[in-house]
Amino acid sequence: MKFLLVEDNQDLANAIASRMRLDGHVIDHAEKLEDASAFVATGEYDLILLDIMLPDGDGRTFLEQHRASDLNTPVIILTARSQVSDRIGSLDLGADDYVTKPFDHAELEARCRAVLRRNSGNARTTIEVGGVVFDPLAGHLTVGGEAVKMRNRELRLLELFLNAPGKIFSKSKLADRLFSYDEDVSENAIEVYIGRLRKHLSASEAKITTLRGLGYRLDIDG
Amino acid sequence: MDSVAVSGSLRNRLVLTLISGAAVLALLLFFAVRNFAVQVAQQGQDNILDASATSMLDAATIRDGVIELDLPYSAFSMLTTSADDRVFYAILQDGEFLSGYEELKFSDSPTFQTDLIRGSGVRKISASRTLIGVNRRAELQIVLAQTQDALSKTLDQISRNAALLGLGFFALAVALSFWASSATIGQLGKLTTSVTRRGPQDLSPFTKPVPREMGPLVGSLNSLMGRLDQSLSQSEDFIAEAAHRVRTPLATVRSYAEATLQRVEKEENREAMRSMVKAIDESSRAAGQLLDHAMITFRADHLVREKIDLVDLVNDLVQRMTPIAEMKDLSLLLRGDPRVPYSGDPVLIQNAVRNLIDNAMKYGPAESSIEITVSASPTLHISVCDQGSGFPMDEIETLTSRFKRGANAADTIGSGLGLTIAQDVAMAHGGKIQLENQPEGGACVALSL
Repeated sequence: MKFLLVEDNQDLANAIASRMRLDGHVIDHAEKLEDASAFVATGEYDLILLDIMLPDGDGRTFLEQHRASDLNTPVIILTARSQVSDRIGSLDLGADDYVTKPFDHAELEARCRAVLRRNSGNARTTIEVGGVVFDPLAGHLTVGGEAVKMRNRELRLLELFLNAPGKIFSKSKLADRLFSYDEDVSENAIEVYIGRLRKHLSASEAKITTLRGLGYRLDIDG
Repeated sequence: MDSVAVSGSLRNRLVLTLISGAAVLALLLFFAVRNFAVQVAQQGQDNILDASATSMLDAATIRDGVIELDLPYSAFSMLTTSADDRVFYAILQDGEFLSGYEELKFSDSPTFQTDLIRGSGVRKISASRTLIGVNRRAELQIVLAQTQDALSKTLDQISRNAALLGLGFFALAVALSFWASSATIGQLGKLTTSVTRRGPQDLSPFTKPVPREMGPLVGSLNSLMGRLDQSLSQSEDFIAEAAHRVRTPLATVRSYAEATLQRVEKEENREAMRSMVKAIDESSRAAGQLLDHAMITFRADHLVREKIDLVDLVNDLVQRMTPIAEMKDLSLLLRGDPRVPYSGDPVLIQNAVRNLIDNAMKYGPAESSIEITVSASPTLHISVCDQGSGFPMDEIETLTSRFKRGANAADTIGSGLGLTIAQDVAMAHGGKIQLENQPEGGACVALSL
């Protein structure tokens, strides 16, 4: 996915960009509304992340102009303002969603996913390995031609493995990706999810291997 | 408005002044008219008495040195009145009583006198004539008196009419004074209406023309509103600016910490990063809720009611919160009536319900559902129920009293402020929140409006 990030705080922008690149997305960063307009004019984006308070104006003005043009790139607003005061205004102007700073990256990711799912008609990126067809955006899994119904955490866990087959994930790393920081997660919980995932994948060539003391790894047989 | 200290009433004062003025004027009018009438009537009687006395004197002659006086009939007939007034007379020659009523005394000046004869008030005239005959010169004096029954009858009638005139004048003046004071006070009333009719957010100056006397009042009202507007927008800007200043660096640190957590392998470092993220979350939640609370207090004080559909409103919220709920494998279920129209502040209500759903997501177990009901019966309410362990029975009461006491205790931030916000919003709309545990388990919070 290709994202445009409009954010004047260099540090925050770097942090968001590096985190999103980790998930395999392409990020262009604009510091000003002027740059943002130039980026939008020359490139095509799947999603725009837009800050409200920018040095050369209000992000909502950009949003208004953007909506007035024919481009229908979905926009998620990053706002530092009080949630009470800005909510209605931003959504009225045509933002698809917004997150309040500081945000949980998982929340931003979830919101991006939800917005993309609502807006995507074409261009689906599906992952196909060892008899497994996975559409991360729609959250559809097909194993051996049969659709499998999965819960959200199972989906995210599977996506982690499918994005990096052969990579070892420690239990605590997996826990950090699946649970928010205010939840008390026992290592058992991870084992439960791994167990469920194994069951879903049982009909395919994809196998989750336990590496004692290290973690888990996705192996594709054959 | 009901707390304004009232001292007297402008209208009453004005009406009272005008009416007492009118009463004095009416009395003056009454006496003036009556006095004038009395004078005119008295003048009439005096003229007739004078004419009568003159004709009597004219009839006197000296013949052969003897005074002859044949009282003419006309002298008495002209004194005839509708009230059969009695006439008394006395004829004197050179101060010596000749004929008539002896008790009538001659008096040269004044000519006309009011006197009492045989118990009746009379008007009397003293007239004299010098008769000159051959070797004879005599002074003939006549005193003529007439009772005043007809006159007093006329005077009574005139007094009645004068009183009626005075009363009529008074009644007219009273009506006028009511009208005048209403018209004057009405200007104030108009100003009051246009102040009350304004929305709580409308602090623009008054531009409608007002009477000159009200100019200074409206002027100072305008300048007060100008200052208020400035300080209100300053405090709103301040809240927004404070949020920006606090949240942006927190967001930066949090994002870095999260990104670093993805790369760090060593368990103790990971634990440290996790604690860092947790601490950031805690402080940002506290800052956020404090700012939200400030904004909510601000809006609740200046409640602007709009016509809204609560189902629409809550549905928007549920849609928005679904991605977060999904991350925890929680499902949000919206139940209840298809449409619940209400008049309230949508921003406040949404914030209150969001806090309730936030709480439910915090305490609900994974892979459970949170039920949100919007219904107009039996009372208009929005309830949020989770399937967690519910409120500790012994704490339900203290939870209520805790946020009733307010959220100023530092240790209640985070857990206490969410419910406080919901409570404040409910109260601003004249409602309340109720905490209870469902019989089958799980906490339920109902926001009734």
